Amino acid sequence: MRPFVAPVLPVASEADLEAKLGCAEFLLNSIDLQASARYAVDWLASHVGTRQAIVAMIEPAGPHLVLVAEHGLSTAAVADFYISLDDSSHPFVRAMSGSDPIYFDNVGGFRTLIDGGVFHVVPLRTDDDQTSHGILIVSSGGPEIHPDVMWLNRLLSKQVGRLHSRQLLAETRFGQERMLLYSIINAVTDPILLTDTEGKLIIANTHAEKLFAAPEDASEGWRRAVALNNMLFSAALSTSAVAHTDLSRRELLLVDPLEGSDLLFELMSSRAKDERQGTYVVSILRNITDLARAREEIEESYRTFRLAQAEVRDERHRLDLIIDSVADPILVTDQEGDIVLMNEPAERLFNVPVSAADAAQRRVRANGANLTSFVSNVLTRTGEQRYRGEIQLADPASGRSLPVEALAGTILSEQGELVWVVTILHDLTEAIDKARLYEQLKQGSAELERKVQEATAELAQQNELLRRQHIEVEQASALKSQFLANMSHEFRTPLNAILGYTHMLLNGVTGQVSDAQRKSLSRIDSNSRHLLALINDILDITRIEAGRMPLNLSTFKIPDLINEVMSELEPIIKRSNLEVIAKTRGKLPPLKSDRQKVKQVVLNLLSNALKFTPAGSVIIAASYDGAGRMVSIEVRDTGVGIPVESQSKVFEDFRQLDSSPARGYGGTGLGLSICRRLAQMLGGTIDLKSTVGQGSNFTLKLPARPRRR
Amino acid sequence: MTDLASPLVLVVEDYQDAREMYAAYLQFSGFRVAEATNGFEAIDKTLELMPDIILMDLALPKMDGWEATRRLKLDDRTRHIPVVALTGHALAGHAEGARQAGCDSFVTKPCLPDALVAEIQRMLAARKTETVKRPARPHRAK
Repeated sequence: MRPFVAPVLPVASEADLEAKLGCAEFLLNSIDLQASARYAVDWLASHVGTRQAIVAMIEPAGPHLVLVAEHGLSTAAVADFYISLDDSSHPFVRAMSGSDPIYFDNVGGFRTLIDGGVFHVVPLRTDDDQTSHGILIVSSGGPEIHPDVMWLNRLLSKQVGRLHSRQLLAETRFGQERMLLYSIINAVTDPILLTDTEGKLIIANTHAEKLFAAPEDASEGWRRAVALNNMLFSAALSTSAVAHTDLSRRELLLVDPLEGSDLLFELMSSRAKDERQGTYVVSILRNITDLARAREEIEESYRTFRLAQAEVRDERHRLDLIIDSVADPILVTDQEGDIVLMNEPAERLFNVPVSAADAAQRRVRANGANLTSFVSNVLTRTGEQRYRGEIQLADPASGRSLPVEALAGTILSEQGELVWVVTILHDLTEAIDKARLYEQLKQGSAELERKVQEATAELAQQNELLRRQHIEVEQASALKSQFLANMSHEFRTPLNAILGYTHMLLNGVTGQVSDAQRKSLSRIDSNSRHLLALINDILDITRIEAGRMPLNLSTFKIPDLINEVMSELEPIIKRSNLEVIAKTRGKLPPLKSDRQKVKQVVLNLLSNALKFTPAGSVIIAASYDGAGRMVSIEVRDTGVGIPVESQSKVFEDFRQLDSSPARGYGGTGLGLSICRRLAQMLGGTIDLKSTVGQGSNFTLKLPARPRRR
Repeated sequence: MTDLASPLVLVVEDYQDAREMYAAYLQFSGFRVAEATNGFEAIDKTLELMPDIILMDLALPKMDGWEATRRLKLDDRTRHIPVVALTGHALAGHAEGARQAGCDSFVTKPCLPDALVAEIQRMLAARKTETVKRPARPHRAK
């Protein structure tokens, strides 16, 4: 204990002054000692920050101190508070005898009373008082006492002095009991309220005050929350008051003024009747927010569960629809082989109403047996995911045979055990019909093919026949050619002798011949020569036709060839008195062909021209057509000409303009025929233009080089 | 009329009319003439008489003209003697066959006596102008 040292008063702030003014005003107006004491400790707590405070006073009836007001004390401390004034050694009793505050620094085990046991005890006495009326105990942080505590103490001491004499201190004793009650109520964690029937608050414990009372410095939101809570509470009470039940339970939704969150309470209110003060309502609020939340969660999960269930049901329904929509029967069997699920098409095969005909029942049983044997095959084949087979079923209604292809798949559990077998049946009737049609088609096709083959064979046979005939014809032709060749040879041998001896006679080998003899010999000679020419020409044609006249290709100049022909025919040209001119037009390339044959043709054409031209000229003109790469040798005469209708005939065998055999002009009548054949052999042509009385124009056209065929 | 200095022509021909005709005309034209009727005779006469030129018909009995010519051209003694082939077959192959057998010239029947004499004279003239004798080697038939 140390003597109190009065601190230097700090300059009070305006708010501080205001608070003190309010406090003083309350105390001066109050006539209730206990209310004053309570106000004082609350004021200390709120304005000075005193954690714990006690106001105790002397009870006149018994010499001891009673607790009038407290702040921050435990219920046990309130209940235990009893100090006898007879105990003059008690520090508090001794403190009362003085007028200054006593500082307790953990003295005498007051920890149960004040936390830490550090506090000041200030006697409640005015300067006028002989003795103290009681004490003010305030917890403190050190030996120095707050000046405001001293200020309040003076004010409270005056109030105590003013009221103590008038008031029955006996009431103060009840007060202590009431304090105990308060602290008990406060100790209850549920908000407890005592109200009148209108809901006007009479007593509330601290938990209730948090909900229904706002301190003066509370925020606007807090205030509004509190106002709302009051309103809600009053409304709840008034409805329960109407019900007139002794104990009513209801749920009440309030607002947490600090958090702003919703709090759900169960409101239990009961009516208490008091003779003196009328009817009260005691209300206990139990916070069931968490409970409600838990319930909501349960409801939520239940709803989720129901939704999931519905979804599963929908899914199942959809699956059913899908399965039913498949035209092919689908069946699911378990590992025993029993059908657990099937679609509508499957039902038609494996399920008939009991009322159905016996035959239908029998067929369904047969179908089932066939399916079972198929499924048992699947079951014995472990390890295969798919199984295919054919089952012979029957349509239950009509008994029509129904071959189906069965495709089974197995469904395994997570442990790999076979759980279900899903079988899809596919009607093979159509496929079999198609196969049958296809077979018929194939047979038809085979038949057709056979006929075609027969026809082909017949054709081949005919071809072969034709080929043989062709060979025979060719052989005959070759034989004919050979025969002609031989014949011409055989002709030559005697002809050679005839010509030779005639010649010898004419040359006087056997002596002088007379003119008459010479004339006859000349006739023999010329006819023999004509015969020889005929034989030679026939031999040429025969050789060409028999393909026994080979081409001997060489490159030569056309002017040289023409000169050669002209020189060979020189005697005839001289005799004819015709003008014979050789010309070349433009540039002539060398000709690659069979020189002998070209010469034969040109010779023939020129000698013909000389033969059939009584007067005028014969022109041999050679030219080259670069575009067509053709060489032309043209023999143009001013002779008798050939009428148009005869122009194509002159190239035929044994033809001359005058059909009486060549009397006037000589020749065999085979010359142009041979020329045309030779020209064709060389890849060329012979053309004729002629006008009767004006002359003829024969043109031999040959490729400059032989063309490949 | 024949003269030892005049050239000797061996006429090989099986057809009597023709052989005698050519022989008569050749003699008429100043040649000495010997005759043979087949291939064997032709070879014998050639070795015996060593003619200046041989007129050889190709179609002969027993041994034909080609074979006789081939043998004569293989013999060193007779190789130098020119052989003029005479044939009625104008078909292709005859001329080539005759050349392959070693014939030096080729005349097609019918051949007027004048033309034949002209050919023989031509061949003999050609022979004379050749300073070095280059005997023609016969091609071997494959």
